[in-house]
Amino acid sequence: MTTPRRTSTGSFRRLLGRLEGPQTMGRGKGFWAGFVVVLIAACGYPLTTDGYTVGNTVYFFNWVFMALGLSLIWGYGGALSFGQTAFFGLAGYAYGILTINFGDAYGFTILATLIAVAVAAAFSAMLGYFLFFGRISGVFLGIVTLSVTLVFERFMAQTAGPEWKVGAARLNGFNGMSGMPPLTIPWPGGDLVLYPDIQLYYITLALLVIVYLGLRILVNSRFGNVLVAIRENPERAEMLGYDVRKYQLGAFVIGAALAGLSGVLYTTWGQYITPSSMGITAAALPIIWVAVGGRSDLTATVIGTLVVLAVFQALTIYGSQYALVVMGAFLVVTVLIAPEGVIMLIARRIGRLLGRGGKA
Amino acid sequence: MSLLQTENLNKHFGGLHVTADVNFTLTPGEVHCLIGPNGAGKSTFFRLLLGEHKPSSGRILFDGEDITHLKPFQRIRKGMSVKFQVPGIFKALTAAHNLEIALQDHTAPGALQEEIDRLLAFLRLEDSRGMEAGNLSHGQKQWLEIGMAIALKPRLLLLDEPTAGMSPDETFATGEIVRALQADGVTVLAVEHDMAFVRQVADQVTVLHFGRIFAQGSIDAIVADERVAAIYLGEVHA
Repeated sequence: MTTPRRTSTGSFRRLLGRLEGPQTMGRGKGFWAGFVVVLIAACGYPLTTDGYTVGNTVYFFNWVFMALGLSLIWGYGGALSFGQTAFFGLAGYAYGILTINFGDAYGFTILATLIAVAVAAAFSAMLGYFLFFGRISGVFLGIVTLSVTLVFERFMAQTAGPEWKVGAARLNGFNGMSGMPPLTIPWPGGDLVLYPDIQLYYITLALLVIVYLGLRILVNSRFGNVLVAIRENPERAEMLGYDVRKYQLGAFVIGAALAGLSGVLYTTWGQYITPSSMGITAAALPIIWVAVGGRSDLTATVIGTLVVLAVFQALTIYGSQYALVVMGAFLVVTVLIAPEGVIMLIARRIGRLLGRGGKA
Repeated sequence: MSLLQTENLNKHFGGLHVTADVNFTLTPGEVHCLIGPNGAGKSTFFRLLLGEHKPSSGRILFDGEDITHLKPFQRIRKGMSVKFQVPGIFKALTAAHNLEIALQDHTAPGALQEEIDRLLAFLRLEDSRGMEAGNLSHGQKQWLEIGMAIALKPRLLLLDEPTAGMSPDETFATGEIVRALQADGVTVLAVEHDMAFVRQVADQVTVLHFGRIFAQGSIDAIVADERVAAIYLGEVHA
């Protein structure tokens, strides 16, 4: 009877080993105990507050996937991309077009989510192929991806006329597309319709945990090693025999798929998507979330994104029309004082106080 | 049979003929040093071998196979490896992590840590295992990069001024490393200025001048060649 237990302990250790590594902050029993405590707190959170606040928290969660994707592309891979919002919008519109035309029966919204994410990934693969195999890097990568985002926004903004429709789905110009069904899960005794409330909260939280842990495994794998090598010194990485372009493209597509997931979740959350979700402001904000937290670490990205989003919303609600200016100031101060990110700085300080480095 | 061979290799930059009809042969197992005054075309020749420059004409053969049109990473996968003049390391990562990235495709996962330890000991970097590579001394950075280059278990190791900026002691230690690699069957081609190092390691020396092979032979023959001495003093022109 002891053998199976030993085997399961061994595979648990192996899994834990794959979740930890030099590319991620936090390791050992202390970190994972903290992780479980935070997770339990997150699970208990809806019981302590009202439905509106829970729905609003889901809204925050929706953006974290896109931020994690940007962390992978930029923080780990060293390629600054403004394209995340393009993939966000593309997937959002794709979900809208699919579900407005085909409805939400038989769990179609789940399939539509997968298709919409796949559309964003496929488009990013095409764009990324030309970028990375054309050896476009540095500031030019930022310029091209920003241009693509803005072209999407301009294009969608001029689709107000009735001729701009796909089947039953009107693109609706600057006002955006609305009326698509929320995520709907087939369930015995009646479909589960996931409006921004407790059920959607748990689904989104579960997705977030899965994506976070999956990315931890990815960045601590052989692939993550090469990605970080490319960020540090692309020439050296190539001279170790790695086809740098393929790894950059891989990270770009995974990051884009996560942005697409954010786009779908956002669209289902509010049942609308507008061109302004791909505007220049929308394109700049993910850069701020990720930079302020700490782009080269997944945990710092999650915490940083949630904190900055909450601050941004508070500023917007409580009368300040200067929220965007404050966000810009956040970015400037971060770059000057803690170029690695504020959460990273705090984590390193705590690590030093505890007598060991945050990352080793 | 030669391990590396160039046939009528030429490289023009506009009107400048930087590599001129170079027919170069590298015998397996030898340590071959490439010397020449500044502007002789050593670095360009080196980059042509690596695939970072495309030749204007001519061919490059590695182990009998035409690699002229292969990309750098494809050449590395064929069994070449390189150490640059300016240490090409991953500065923000630890010394051990640098080696892990180089080793991961060439070592079984279970043996990775053991192999990292072996390389660190070979490179005299045991005490710097967890140190960020950017904080190593200049000589240690050079050794770490040599370690990353040999982690690929290459048949041909290309070294671009491996002792640049090193103290005499470090230079000698680098020579010992190169000798140890040769004993393991690695063929080495080094571009080098430091004649003490060349004397320590070279089986064969090639002198480049104005992009052409000017002289070739043992170190003693090269040192005794008055024409070679003259080009270093700027008295002989192409």
